[in-house]
Amino acid sequence: MNLKEWIFTTDHKRVGVLYLIGSIAAFGIAGIMALLMRAELSTLGPTITSNPATYNVWLYTHGAVMILGFQIPALTGFFANYCIPLMIGAKDVAFPRVNALSVWLFYVGVILACLTFFLPDPPDVMWTGYPPYSIMTTGNTAMYSFTVLILGFASIIGGVNFLTTVAYMRAPGLTLNKLNIFVWCTLAAFVLQLIFVPVLGTAVTLISMDKYLGTHFFDPAAGGDVLTYQNLFWFYSHPAVYVIFLPFIGVVYEIITAHSKNMVFNYKMVVYGGVGGIVALSGVVWVHHLYVSGMADWLRIGQMITTLMISIPVGLMMIGLIGTLYKGSIAFTTPMLYALGVVFLFLIGGLTGVPLALPSLTIGVSDTYYVVGHFHYVMAVAGTFAIFGGVYHWFPKVTGKMYNEFWGKLGFWLTFIGVNITFWIMMDVGVKGMPRRYYDYAHFPQFESAHQWMTVGAAILGVGFALAVLNWIMGAINGKKALDNPWGSPSLEWSTVSPPPHGNWPTPPSVSEDWHPYGFKKD
Amino acid sequence: MLKKKFTAIALGLTLSASSLLASASAEPASAGAAAAAKINDPAKGWDTLWYHVIRDISIIGVLFALVTAWFIWQSRRRPGNEVGASPKLSAASAVGWTVIPIFVFLSIDLYTAANGWVLWNHYRDVPAQRMEVKLESGMYSWDYTYANGVRTQNELIVPAGTPVVLRMTSRDTLHSHYIPDFRVKEDSMPGRVTYLWFNPEKPGEHIVTCAEYCGVMHGYMAGRVIVKAPEEYAAWMQQEETKLAAANAPAVAEAPAEVAKPAAKATKKI
Repeated sequence: MNLKEWIFTTDHKRVGVLYLIGSIAAFGIAGIMALLMRAELSTLGPTITSNPATYNVWLYTHGAVMILGFQIPALTGFFANYCIPLMIGAKDVAFPRVNALSVWLFYVGVILACLTFFLPDPPDVMWTGYPPYSIMTTGNTAMYSFTVLILGFASIIGGVNFLTTVAYMRAPGLTLNKLNIFVWCTLAAFVLQLIFVPVLGTAVTLISMDKYLGTHFFDPAAGGDVLTYQNLFWFYSHPAVYVIFLPFIGVVYEIITAHSKNMVFNYKMVVYGGVGGIVALSGVVWVHHLYVSGMADWLRIGQMITTLMISIPVGLMMIGLIGTLYKGSIAFTTPMLYALGVVFLFLIGGLTGVPLALPSLTIGVSDTYYVVGHFHYVMAVAGTFAIFGGVYHWFPKVTGKMYNEFWGKLGFWLTFIGVNITFWIMMDVGVKGMPRRYYDYAHFPQFESAHQWMTVGAAILGVGFALAVLNWIMGAINGKKALDNPWGSPSLEWSTVSPPPHGNWPTPPSVSEDWHPYGFKKD
Repeated sequence: MLKKKFTAIALGLTLSASSLLASASAEPASAGAAAAAKINDPAKGWDTLWYHVIRDISIIGVLFALVTAWFIWQSRRRPGNEVGASPKLSAASAVGWTVIPIFVFLSIDLYTAANGWVLWNHYRDVPAQRMEVKLESGMYSWDYTYANGVRTQNELIVPAGTPVVLRMTSRDTLHSHYIPDFRVKEDSMPGRVTYLWFNPEKPGEHIVTCAEYCGVMHGYMAGRVIVKAPEEYAAWMQQEETKLAAANAPAVAEAPAEVAKPAAKATKKI
């Protein structure tokens, strides 16, 4: 294996694997930050650091790197790159060199984010970077802006690339209603990225201009407005939740159909109602992040209704998932366990979001651990489970080898238990008043034992995730040789050899009239 | 001593008179002493609505989870069940499985929205008989200014039985004045005036904590709401007024301007 070949590769599969390695490394770093925070919070008062600024840097790194360095790149970088051309029967993406550029930019972004630890004044602005603090702080806000801009740019050129690829490079006979759900979901995510990333880019650029060039966009003393930033930021960052949600639920669809060998329940409802509905609503719900920020009352009420209506497309997608299980033939493999885990975690996460859609109930729990627990269930942990399940699912295709089922399942159960201990308790103390982003809870001593249980849960889930990553490494090195199509799926990525050669197929595939990616047959 | 008692009685009389007046103007139909204290306390409304919403989502969640678990168990791979056999949907049932869930979800949404909206109005409609206090937040303290110019830091002392409105602004970055016991919070920021109100019914102490990340010491930015019995409050206020007058006495020319300053700043922005 030649390192230079990997760095300068334009093969979509190698670009995908580079994305995977980078994002799992980012996950490791951000995960260690989470464990450090849990260790710090395990006792009242200082535990492992006596400097709150250090804790704030961990918190910043955990949030920013998990979202921008792990989830978005793993989903729209690894899965999209690896699977989309294979699923539509294309030799590669439309612009292979642009694709290589996007993975380079991604690495630059992750390295910038990790330089945080070596800078004299690391950024401490949280992943939201709200002014005026991000402008007043001695921390290096420019690092934050540049990380966001570079990763955002990588994502935009990826989006252009994949929209073109799917529009023009589908195999003969592969009509839009025969696309894998994952392809639909990822396309929708890229549409959202193309529309909304520029807004985030604007917001963080304006922050840096205010801080370093002396402009006054967010300075009320000179006619600016601090709320403008929050609007711009969430106008991107709420759709960003769907940029994560859509591909991850797409991955879950792929896993659940393949491991229950069953047709998707009501395909058109899922695609046009579910995916389409989310894209349609995603741009008009951002104010629910600003329910206690001092927004105009009419906006808070208006977006309460749109936010609640998000339950409709998301509910349709859940009905599609659960319906797919009906009369299936479910094999409890490791990827399937992760996918079923997502169904339950997402159910809890989605429903605990209902109170947060109401401005009145949000007044009581906004900025508390309830919100932190909710979004970890609905997006962070559900997304991570989908990513881990997806990596297991396509592991035989990517490496040509099999992972170890025993260690895979053990890793799943440990994470599943750990997650529920940590985040269930987190929601509970949140309702009782524990605010988020606290280095210490000196005036809430009654929560100490809850914090200790959360730390225990975090340790368990940390071990579970580490087991999974070790399992991949061991499997890639000396796993058993895998079949080309171990799950018996008709989806096109399984029709080539494992691992696929450059160009994917000796002769490009075409599909017949009665073929469907979920048309499972008895073998 | 006599003076203190007098103030307390005067305050009590004024309060009851004004609340009677308010109730008379607001609800002419329901005359009587009970109606005088009619306040839509958002904290109580929050607890009720929270309970209802959590109950409803629990029912929905348990239903979905049970159906899912049942499907998983029924469809496990076993001899005779090697491949999925989901029935092919007819066009009509495909549409039905889309449209019916849409209407079910939409009706739940609108029902929830209506309840949420009612409570929201309670949060935003400040009662007519109330006490106004100005709050300026800063890194890392809560600075309160009463209508008569008395100032306190990190301790908001209020009489039981009178709704309190905070008109909030910030001198540096974002903060959020969160009183968990009263289920209320709202951000304060430079350049805008935001408000929140709560209804302290009984004497007691309540934590105030910062709920919007504001820098290194964010976790330690705490204060207290101290609810005193009306007489005690009046006595305390009397004492503070005397202190304030004494402090202002040597510099008569300067004092009024200084006291008036935060008020003028705040009203300008409204």
